[in-house]
Amino acid sequence: MAQERIFGTGSRREEEPDAPAPATPPTSGAAQAQRDTQGTDDLLAEIDGVLETNAEAFVKGFVQKGGQ
Amino acid sequence: MTVRRIMGSETEFGVLAQGEPGANPTVLSTRVVTGYAAWVARQLREQESAHGQRSVGSAGPAPSADDDAARSGSADVPLGTGWDYGSEAPLEDARGFTVAREDAHPSQLTDEAPVLTAEEIAAEAISESAMYTEDLDWRRVIMNTVIPNGARVYVDHSHPEYSSPEVTTPLDALTWDAAGDVVAARSVEYLAEVSAGTDAAPVNLYKNNTDNKSVSYGAHENYTVDRAVPFERITAALLPFFASRQIMCGAGRVGLGVDGSRPGFQLSQRADFFERTVGLETTIHRPIVNTRDEPHADDTRYRRLHVIIGDANLSHVATLLKFGTTSLVLNLVEHDRAPRLVLEDPVAALQAISHDPTLRTTVALADGRELTAVELQREYYRAALALETELAPDGLDADTAHVLGTWDEVLTDLAEDPARLSDRLDWAAKYALLTAYRRRDGLEWDDPRLVAIDLQYADVRPDKGLYHKLAAAGRMRTLVDHDRITAAADHPPVDTRAYFRGTAVSRYPRDMAAVGWDTLTVTFPGIRRGARVRMPEPHDLTRDTCEDWFDAPDVETWIERVAANRPALVTGSDID
Repeated sequence: MAQERIFGTGSRREEEPDAPAPATPPTSGAAQAQRDTQGTDDLLAEIDGVLETNAEAFVKGFVQKGGQ
Repeated sequence: MTVRRIMGSETEFGVLAQGEPGANPTVLSTRVVTGYAAWVARQLREQESAHGQRSVGSAGPAPSADDDAARSGSADVPLGTGWDYGSEAPLEDARGFTVAREDAHPSQLTDEAPVLTAEEIAAEAISESAMYTEDLDWRRVIMNTVIPNGARVYVDHSHPEYSSPEVTTPLDALTWDAAGDVVAARSVEYLAEVSAGTDAAPVNLYKNNTDNKSVSYGAHENYTVDRAVPFERITAALLPFFASRQIMCGAGRVGLGVDGSRPGFQLSQRADFFERTVGLETTIHRPIVNTRDEPHADDTRYRRLHVIIGDANLSHVATLLKFGTTSLVLNLVEHDRAPRLVLEDPVAALQAISHDPTLRTTVALADGRELTAVELQREYYRAALALETELAPDGLDADTAHVLGTWDEVLTDLAEDPARLSDRLDWAAKYALLTAYRRRDGLEWDDPRLVAIDLQYADVRPDKGLYHKLAAAGRMRTLVDHDRITAAADHPPVDTRAYFRGTAVSRYPRDMAAVGWDTLTVTFPGIRRGARVRMPEPHDLTRDTCEDWFDAPDVETWIERVAANRPALVTGSDID
């Protein structure tokens, strides 16, 4: 199901030593994948709201001069 | 041994006035720099009125434009420091020779004031249209200034650039690099505020490195290196390291080739723009290892390694690793302990690695081996761990342990499944986001929506930039909290000469005639009197050394204190 795990599923190590133990028992892989997919859908819906409205014009108009 | 050394970053921002495709980028960049100088002036004025002191905008023997602005309260007179070009030496090559000025590309002559004067910029702006005249007072154009955190903000060719103050640790390099993004966002917000109700087009900034139309602009790093180390040894160690570190530090890019016309995704913004292994140029025939030898410090002891191959990073983990692992590899070089890795073709390897987000591509070594980028990085990691452990018998310092631990963790995860890094690395986060869009909407890699997402990832505005949205949603791990980064936009690091430079600029803002990396020139009240302070040692003039000198009520008294404590550094009127 790796392809469904899009965000925030990387390993957690010393950064979160104080994270509380999960209050609910571990869920099945399928349920976890469904939650991940839902999380990704929610993210895309949120990002849809801030994306440049005319992608083609934005991309075409993004012209820079050379730098270092 | 330690990961600590003097280091810093430079960010050239992409600059865009949406709806004004013909706008002159130098003019736009000048608006950004002048806008930030005005933002600083306003903040200093507010602080001073809060403390009951004289106001920046209206005090002193200011020209009438200042008085008009102060009376009307409608504009902030931008407050710039000027730049001291005294120690710039862009044609000094680290391999031991100097390029003749007449042989240099015009863009290499960075020790001269920019080609256009303020008046020419103003004329250019007005000739394009009258739209900018309400936005800024063109009698007060600032193209170059040092801000209170000790950074330089200036117009570099056709981009606004933030050059961070010198710091001593990778975590501080991250903090003051991200502070530059705060500076950029403030300038954008300020320009939007002052141009509201006028017909001036809003200006926006992007922390990326290409427009996908054959143009690239840089995000450079600088490291102080022991002058005694032969440059050939630095080059030999850095070529395989730089060809492979993009698996951690790449910012991700939609499109292959300099113009991005071949559909696909690659790890790095910059990889396709490099043509050579070693050289002095930064704008043409870009080399993987740049030989500019301009230490901005005591050149008998230090060289400054100028790294031009990096991508502009927003991810904290990528930025920490960029500075941290490079510093550790420089330790290996200084102790002649770098792993013996020689790539058959470093430029081809750089591009092959960048073009494969699965990280399975192998590159050929001169000894016949074929290694992946993760394996190359692992060789450097092992050598660094061994050297650092050996040289620190009482245990690693916290900064070094943090970098080594993060490097190990990221390499382990990259080897197992690169998708795991979507919460830590820019390219992996961008790739995950683009992949999700491709799946949901059935988009091909050459769909403009995907290119737009790539660009918007780097938008500096917190409410529009996709990196900032991901971080705010807790989907990107951060290492430094937002308040600390914002504070770093206003305050210098305390453990380098940047403390002296930045504090002087905010304490005596009207008295700075010219400020540079290693010099600071002030004017005293009266005619043709002033003083110059040299700052040859980056580790000197720290907060512990000079904080109480700034109790001096005026610049002249302050300079007397500097001279009393560091007589060899000060020259000027009435100073013994």
